[in-house]
Amino acid sequence: MTVKHHPSEAVLFAYAAGGLGEGLSLLVAAHLSFCPSCRRSVAEAEAVGGVMMEEIAPVAVRPDSLDRVLANLDGAPVPNRAATPAPPRPTPASAARSTDTPPLPSVLSAYVGDLSGARWQWVAPGVRQLDLVHRAQGRDSAKLLRIAPGRVLPHHGHAGLEMTVVLSGSFTDEQGRFTRGDLAELDSDAQHQPIADSGEDCICLIGTDAPLRFSGLVPRMMAPMLGF
Amino acid sequence: MDEQCHQSATPGILVARNPPPMHRPWRFARRTGDRAMTSVAVEGEALADLVLAIAQRRDQSAFVALFEHFAPRVKGFLMRQGAADTEAEDLVQDVMLTVWRKASQFDPAKAAVSTWIFTIARNRRIDVLRRERRPEPDADDPLLAGEPEPSAEAHLSGAQVQARMREAIATLPADQAQVVTLSFYEDMAHSEIAERLGIPLGTVKSRLRLAFRKVKAQVGDAFA
Repeated sequence: MTVKHHPSEAVLFAYAAGGLGEGLSLLVAAHLSFCPSCRRSVAEAEAVGGVMMEEIAPVAVRPDSLDRVLANLDGAPVPNRAATPAPPRPTPASAARSTDTPPLPSVLSAYVGDLSGARWQWVAPGVRQLDLVHRAQGRDSAKLLRIAPGRVLPHHGHAGLEMTVVLSGSFTDEQGRFTRGDLAELDSDAQHQPIADSGEDCICLIGTDAPLRFSGLVPRMMAPMLGF
Repeated sequence: MDEQCHQSATPGILVARNPPPMHRPWRFARRTGDRAMTSVAVEGEALADLVLAIAQRRDQSAFVALFEHFAPRVKGFLMRQGAADTEAEDLVQDVMLTVWRKASQFDPAKAAVSTWIFTIARNRRIDVLRRERRPEPDADDPLLAGEPEPSAEAHLSGAQVQARMREAIATLPADQAQVVTLSFYEDMAHSEIAERLGIPLGTVKSRLRLAFRKVKAQVGDAFA
């Protein structure tokens, strides 16, 4: 499987720097699970962070700081992860037994278990959603969308950054065709209208750092239903 | 940008190692020539040895040396990102304790110690100050399997890569170095950086792209 659509360098940088909220970070982490070349880029951006840490003007710690840490060193060390088998997980997303959907990246398992038992909310004909990260007055959100074949997500613009990662099926929008692992990134000036374009449901993860703006009367009525 | 910033990007001119951060936060230490770069790499490898001594022998004196080098830097970093003195102090102790406990997870072939500690500090800050989780790809995810392990001799150590990267960052044009600095030091979203600098968001992103490509090019295939 080759991933064709990647996040911009700026987004990878922001992820490495810790500048993205949890929702958008989840989108990037999902894409990274499919994409070795972006994992390499994030490692490089983290190395830039290491240089930045070396170059910062140091600020003296309190005189008793070291002693306080030394007094706590007796806590059990964390063993080398390679030396210990991974603990069994209750319902890893990647072990989902659903026959019609390929395994989800396991980074999602902290947010959603087996999709076959998921309680999808109806949004519009052929469109269902599952909230994963939702902040009441927070910076960003992430949710799963399940779009039936041939269905169109309402035309929308948005104030901030929006990203979509395809987990199953595919969609096409103005930027091209997106399949499993691909990430679509849209800035505030972009408008797009993804269409689920294969014979199966398109399941995608969608995240924004600001509310979506739906254009046109009917879509505007749908915005509250989508909960963005 | 002012004249001095252009000078700092000119080969052969050395600037002070830690310029006052409030004045020109985008200026970096400039070390030129193989000899200086090698000394940075040697220093980085000495730091890596300290972490290995903790991992292998629970060596407390190695930990003290590591603490003395990194604790004030971690604190400086957290305070630049907006943490109050008390918050930063508590987090530094938390981060250094994590360094002790997770020393065996450090891999000198993959990263420099400063990079490893940077990621610990970043994650603890998100967890403690922002009260959020930080989603990362799961190393045990079957989706990640099949990635070829780089052969040891064909690759530079994390410390050597870091030394090259430091050199690359020091030679970035001032406008690119500035957006890199704001991304890492100020905890600002790109839209906030655009607002602060009075430039379009697209310009922030394109400067970051250029900076990143330049750094990648100088590091070569060390990560490949």
